[in-house]
Amino acid sequence: MIEVSNIEKSFDGTPVLKGISCVFETGKCNLLLGGSGTGKSVLLQCIVGLMKPDIGSITFDGTIYTNSKVDIRQEIRRKIGMLFQGSALFDSMTVAQNVEFPLQMLTPEMTPAERRDRVEFCLKRVGLEKAGDKMPAEISGGMKKRVGIARAIAPQCTYLFCDEPNSGLDPATSIKIDELIREITHEYGITTVIVTHDMNSVIEIGEHIIFLHQGKKLWDGTKDEILNADVPELKEFIFSSSLVRAAKKVDDESEGGLAAITENDTYGSGI
Amino acid sequence: MLKTFGTFVLFMRGMVTRTERFSVLWNRTIDEAILIGVDSVVIVSIVSAFIGAVTCVQIAYNLTNPLIPQSTIGYMVREMTILELAPTITSIVLAGKVGSSIAGGLGTMRITEQVSALEVMGINSTSYLVLPRIIAALLMFPLLVILAMLLSILGGYLAGTLTGVMTSQDYIEGIRMDFIPYNIVFALIKAVVFAFLVSGISSFKGYYTTGGALEVGAASTGAVTNSIIAILIADFALAALLL
Ligand SMILES: Nc1ncnc2c1ncn2[C@@H]1O[C@H](COP(=O)(O)OP(=O)(O)O)[C@@H](O)[C@H]1O
Ligand SMILES: [Mg+2]
Repeated sequence: MIEVSNIEKSFDGTPVLKGISCVFETGKCNLLLGGSGTGKSVLLQCIVGLMKPDIGSITFDGTIYTNSKVDIRQEIRRKIGMLFQGSALFDSMTVAQNVEFPLQMLTPEMTPAERRDRVEFCLKRVGLEKAGDKMPAEISGGMKKRVGIARAIAPQCTYLFCDEPNSGLDPATSIKIDELIREITHEYGITTVIVTHDMNSVIEIGEHIIFLHQGKKLWDGTKDEILNADVPELKEFIFSSSLVRAAKKVDDESEGGLAAITENDTYGSGI
Repeated sequence: MLKTFGTFVLFMRGMVTRTERFSVLWNRTIDEAILIGVDSVVIVSIVSAFIGAVTCVQIAYNLTNPLIPQSTIGYMVREMTILELAPTITSIVLAGKVGSSIAGGLGTMRITEQVSALEVMGINSTSYLVLPRIIAALLMFPLLVILAMLLSILGGYLAGTLTGVMTSQDYIEGIRMDFIPYNIVFALIKAVVFAFLVSGISSFKGYYTTGGALEVGAASTGAVTNSIIAILIADFALAALLL
């Protein structure tokens, strides 16, 4: 469980995060939902330690991360896996070397054979067992995301962070990536935090959703509660999605609701 | 300006605190040394041979007094290339080649979040990315400067003898005249200082790139111009201090 309490962050006097408190639950896909420029990425970077919040604290399973000693921070960082928006693969290395890299750096006690096994396992897990020798420039965007996921889980992370895992992907690929993230989260019982502005993802994998608007948390709950949420900003955000408008219509007519739409219209367009 | 310098000092300090394992850094340094050194041999050879040749021909053209022996040409080629042309011109050439590639490489890694990816893994990205580049430059610049010295003296020899402005005995006598070993030491000190300036400034420019592809280009250009200016200022300062 990751607890974020009262995080504030401003750039050159412009506040971006205005006191955010929330909890990310273990073994679940936690979604950080919000429009562009609401500070989702900034919050994620504060949580993983790429950025220092001005005020507030972040606790990983009871261990305080912000302002702790370097050793403690380092220990927590080893448990963090992150999938970046543009995948951020090391472009001078092959796919397999990318996945092996964190093992080489973080677990020097592993033998080369153990590392190779682990790389093979992770690539297989994300469905890329044949692409190990390719360079990042030679593979598609969806494959890059898969490699990014394999690299993140290679050192057996406890926390997985994904910044817009669907950006730049077609709807079918998006859903596959979403499902992969959900499966991995449940399989290994990790705490997953996914930044998104995509209502498709909410419907697909949202187990615990936190809605951000202009640097504030306005709502949090489950995907079953989200359609009935009584927050005007959230309503406006949700119903700007045509898919959800359609879902709501089905809901009103037949009580089938979101379940009906996820079954019938998996490839529907997003926002 | 002062703030930039302060950031640069902190950048250098961050590079040597909490470094990665020695074996990791060593392998990275070898990779970078190949990029910096081996890949620059051709351009440095061409430039230095021609500089030696041109220096020889121009000195011969200016030395019309029959009282001055022809061997003076060889002597002057040696002095000019060892003291000034080999270390400085080579470093300026490398500022263009190595500086732009360091800044472009690091800038691209920064804007594509590869630097962040390293940091999230708990890796000190400056120590992993920058330290090997600087050490590789410190090792390779002096070697390339030695190569440049030899080739520019050879270039002078070929130009002098092939164009018939002097005999090979005169040239060889000239380059063996009043040899001061300290000049070589001085040139190598210059090479090491220039290596630090080029690799440090270019890494700094690249590492702190923000924005997109356009900014990576700007960082590369900035790295080259700033490195060249720094080389020339340091060249003057070292001459004033150490000669
Ligand atoms: N490093 C930075 N320096 C200054 N401003 C920033 C920085 N990072 C983000 N911002 C600003 O913070 C705001 C939120 O950005 P971000 O978190 O990237 O939004 P999003 O919710 O789309 O991910 C934006 O207005 C952006 O300009
Ligand atoms: Mg973002």
